Parts: sequence; C-alpha cells; structure tokens
Amino acid sequence: MKNITKIAARSAKLLTKAKGSGGSALPGLVIEKLEPDFLSRTLANLPHGVAVVSGTNGKTTSTKTVVELLTTAGLRVFTNPTGSNFTRGIASAVFCEIEKSGSFHFDIAVLELDEAHAVHFVNKVAPRYFLLLNVLPDQLDRFGDVNTTAGFLKTVAKETTNGVVLNANDSLLNKVRSGDKVVHFFGYDSNLTKLFSPDNERPSSDNKPINPDVVLKKISGKKVVFNIGETTLQLSGAHNALNSAGALALVKVILGREFNAKKMLRALSNVKPAFGRGEVISVNGKPVELVLVKNSAGCRMSLAAQNNEQTATMIAINDTPSDGRDISWLWDVDFTALKNVACVSGVRAYDMALRLQHDNIAVGSIDTNLRRSLSRFISDNSSSNFQIYCTYSAMLKLRKYLGLVAQVEKAL
Amino acid sequence: MTKQVKTLDKKQPSRNKSLTVMVLYPARMSAYGDQGNLLALKHRAKLHGYDTKVVLHKPGAKFDEKVDIILGGGGQESDRSAVLDDLSKIGPKLKKLADSGTPMLVICGMYQLFGNYFLTQSGDKLTGVGIFDTYTEDNPKRLIGNIITKSDKLGLLIGYENHSGLTYFNQGQAALARVKKGAGNNGRDRTEGARTSNVFGSYLHGSILPMNPRLTDELIRLAAVKKYGEFSPNDRIDDSLTEKARRAAQKRSR
Repeated sequence: MKNITKIAARSAKLLTKAKGSGGSALPGLVIEKLEPDFLSRTLANLPHGVAVVSGTNGKTTSTKTVVELLTTAGLRVFTNPTGSNFTRGIASAVFCEIEKSGSFHFDIAVLELDEAHAVHFVNKVAPRYFLLLNVLPDQLDRFGDVNTTAGFLKTVAKETTNGVVLNANDSLLNKVRSGDKVVHFFGYDSNLTKLFSPDNERPSSDNKPINPDVVLKKISGKKVVFNIGETTLQLSGAHNALNSAGALALVKVILGREFNAKKMLRALSNVKPAFGRGEVISVNGKPVELVLVKNSAGCRMSLAAQNNEQTATMIAINDTPSDGRDISWLWDVDFTALKNVACVSGVRAYDMALRLQHDNIAVGSIDTNLRRSLSRFISDNSSSNFQIYCTYSAMLKLRKYLGLVAQVEKAL
Repeated sequence: MTKQVKTLDKKQPSRNKSLTVMVLYPARMSAYGDQGNLLALKHRAKLHGYDTKVVLHKPGAKFDEKVDIILGGGGQESDRSAVLDDLSKIGPKLKKLADSGTPMLVICGMYQLFGNYFLTQSGDKLTGVGIFDTYTEDNPKRLIGNIITKSDKLGLLIGYENHSGLTYFNQGQAALARVKKGAGNNGRDRTEGARTSNVFGSYLHGSILPMNPRLTDELIRLAAVKKYGEFSPNDRIDDSLTEKARRAAQKRSR
C-alpha cells in the first residue's frame, strides 16, 4: 500500500471517528480513489482467495457459520462486519485490519454481499467460491423484480473461478446457473418439501436430476440430520437448517479432501445466532429475541420456527430504504401462528395492526414510537421470555435501546 | 357492550347469503401483497353479513361461471406468458361476465392483460382480454414508490406501485382515479387504473383493498345487488385502525 494512501485513509478514519457517525465506508472510499487495485491485490494474495455468500435470506447467519467452520478447520479467516457489504466498506475493513496488526495474514476472506453489491464487488475481485442461498422476491422497491435480482447473481456465478454452490431446490435456479460452470449443490430431501414450500404450485425447475453434496434429510426441533451426519443446532428454524447445509457444502468445496464431516458438524452445533438474527439479549434476566424480518418468505420461516406460546411478541415495522419501502409483503404472510401480539410499533405500526386484525389476532398496544413501545413491552412482568419481529432499521434502533438497559454486544 | 354484540349479530352471516370470489391464477399471478385483497374482501363481506366462498382458477382448469366477484393480481414476465393460453380461452367468458355487471378487481399484471395487448421490451405483442380499451408497453425504467390517487366515487386511494409497463387509454376509456402523488398508468397523463362497467383495474398494491375499504365495499355492494337485488351495508364498522394506517401511509415520501 502506498504511503500517501495510508495517510489519507487514516485521516478519513479519524474524521469518521471524530464525527461519531460510525460510518466505516469513508476510509474505503479514499482508498478506492487513490489506489483502485488495493482491494483486489490484497485479496488475490490470500492462499484460498475469496468466498462470497449471497442470496435473499440468511446471508449474515450463513456467513458467520462458514467463518466458524473454516476457523475450526484451522484456517485464518477474514470477514466483513455486518452491514458494510459495499465494496468500499470491505476496503475499509481490510485497511483497519492492516492498521491493527500491521499485515494481512489470512488464508481466506469470506464475505457477505447483497445481490447488487456482489456484482460491483466481482467486477473488482473475482471470487474463488460463491455460495448462493436462495433467490426470493425482496427489496423490489430497489431491484424492480426478482428476475433482475437473479440476473445480478448470475453475473456473480459467472465471475467465480473455482466453485459455485447453489440451492438445488430454488425455483429460480435456472436463471442463475451459467452453463459452463461446475456447480455444487445443497438442498433438502423431498420429504421436507411441504415444510419449505407448503403452497408452491410453481413447476419446480426443469433441471436434470441433481445430486446435492449436502442434503438436509430431517429436522426435529433443533436436531437436524444431513446426508453427511447429524447434529444439534443453536439456530432455530427450518430455514437455518437448510442454510447450514449450504454452509457445509461451501466448506466442503473449499476444504476438499481436508473436509472432516464429524468435526464440521460439531463446529456447526456451536454456531450462535448473528447480530439481530434470532440473537437473544438478556434483559433483567429474561431473554429477548430479536428476529429480523424483511420479506414474506423469511417472515413465514421465522414464524414457523417459533413454538413457545408463553413468549410475549412485539412487531416493529419501518419502511425506510434499508427496510424496503414497500410493506405489501405483510399481506402475504399468515400470522395466525401468533395467538396475540403485545405491542406493535414502527413507522408503519398501524399497517401492521390492520394486518393482524385481518387474521383476528388480538393486539395489546399500538405505538409508532419504538422506544416507548419497547419499554412498555419488556416491563410486562407476566412473561418470562420475549420476541421481537422487526425490520432492519427498527432492529438497529431497538438493539440500541436494549443496550441502555442491558449488556449488548457493540453494534458494528 | 351487549348492544354492540347484538348489532354485530344481526350482521353475522345468516340466511345463507353468500358471495363466491374467484381468484385468477393464484400461483402465477400473485405478487406484492395480492393475498391481502382476498383477505380484506372476505373480512369485509363478513362484516356486511355475507359468507364468502373462494374459487381458485388455475391455468387449464374448467372455468366456473357461477362467480360473484373476480380478483386478479400481478406477476413476473415468465408468469404472464404461462397464463396467456388459458386467458385467451376464458377471455370471452370473462367479457360476458363483465358485460353482465360482475364486479372484478385486477391489479398490475392482470390489469395489463385485461386491456387490448401488452407489448414486451423484445417486441412481442401479448393479446389481452380487451375488457379495458387500453394497451400497455413495457419500459426499461420501472415506476416504483408510494402512490396516492383520488377517485370521485371512492375518495383517496392509497397504495404502492411497482411496474415497468406503461398503460395508455384509447378514446373513451375511463380511469379509476387521478394521480395526486406518484406515477400511475404511465407517469404522464395523471390517470391511474381503469374502470369499465364494474371492472376495476389498478397498479396499486399495498394491498389496495385493506387500505381502501370504500373500494372493497363497492365490490361487495355491486356483487350483492347483482345477486340478491339489494345491499344494506353495515354502517357500524369501526374503521379507526384503517384510518390511522391510511394517514401514516399518506405521510410517507414517494
């Protein structure tokens, strides 16, 4: 790295710190301008290169899983902090790492990238591996329609040099697949079809039969059975079990003959939920679970995963660009699994309450003010545990407010 | 309290008054909250004293003409082509029902296919049902965002639009509403949606019916009058929650 770049990036870092904005992209922006090949050069030197994790739902948790599995296998893994998946955010993170330890000694970088950012990234750095979890309608206010999203991901698959890992059960698979690539798969056994797509009348993709490397065969509670062995997850929900199959498949491709199924399944059982994705925060000794919901498919899976009737529920819906401006998807989700909802909050609290009314679900309080609603919610003494379904910007705020009353891991 | 329960009781489904709602191509043409329209219709019909029976029409299935209300939603381009064959078969039947006054609500993709044709970006002309004297041209730039329109009969219609097709009218075609905020049919002439006899077409999801109960009530009224010769609305429905949701939506930027 040139000295001039280093100095400029350092100043940018200090500036962001001084402003207290917490934005980590500025140093990266400076680096991009002064030394455009910095990121590609640094990452290209890694012995195992770069693995990109993308898809509509489950990116953060799956990235965390892959990182932990590879670390257990003995690799030194670099990853990007949640939320900074712009190319320049990654450049910032790489720079900060070099500043911290004086060098960039890693075996592999595992990066979470959203669909649009992934395209920008692969234009600069060709990943060696690519795990695509799923392609579902989401952020349509940003991408227009789901075929656009699939188009982005196809570009990423095309640029990947060594191994592409795809979801064998994804109905948009054919739109992502690039003909000349060797592709690996993960998926679920046909006995689980009802669980994953209860009303899927779409003709399943007209592929030739696929033999996935890792198959999810059975789920009972948190116990899951794969074709390569069984384990118990700390992550809840069928969607996390399937994404774990994806993480295992990617790790298998990366490690090749070094892949030790027993060891990896044990490591998988230690993976805890990621920041705000089913993360449990203890408040006054009672667990409060934050569940990020942002589209109908993800919300449906999260609702299906909850099975404790003693749990008090809050739902917070915002509609900023980071949440998705369009909240119509609330109407495509069946909420009847919830018997009642104690608090409804967020900018679109009344839309949410109206939605629940149509499912005949009793609502305790409706308050667009997140902080007030949260303190009312957690001061309810009759419940022993709490769960909050929230959109992205609501999650960040709620987590901050929870931090005022409880010990919470610092937001990145 | 007891009084209120009694009033409600009077409006509970009784004397077998029932409306049959058909959903066109539920698997293919259902996007962005189209489910909400069916939910709202059922919910509201019940409050007015009608049971609802739902019929799902799938491509290739026999078309059941004994319906009181028809709903259709949005879809991707591949979905559109998948229903086209069936739509050309049932088109004349839909037209006959429309002529006889059957209320229908079609959103986005199905709204476009209820017009004369849909011109894809690659130049393919997909023939529509022709209930609306409109045509739609697909456009590389999508019209996306919160939208508010005003209809003389139904007041403010509030929702969210997301479409790449630009819909234009031939002379004499009536719009559903005028755009107050947002793009509407084509982003140019300030029209939104279309209305021909009792058939309503619109780009609004959000979903349109739960957020706009006057439109829901209108569909139910038209269906009830056609089937039973009369409609006596339940004028004691508490719409305070809907009003608050509408006010919150109106304050959101485009």
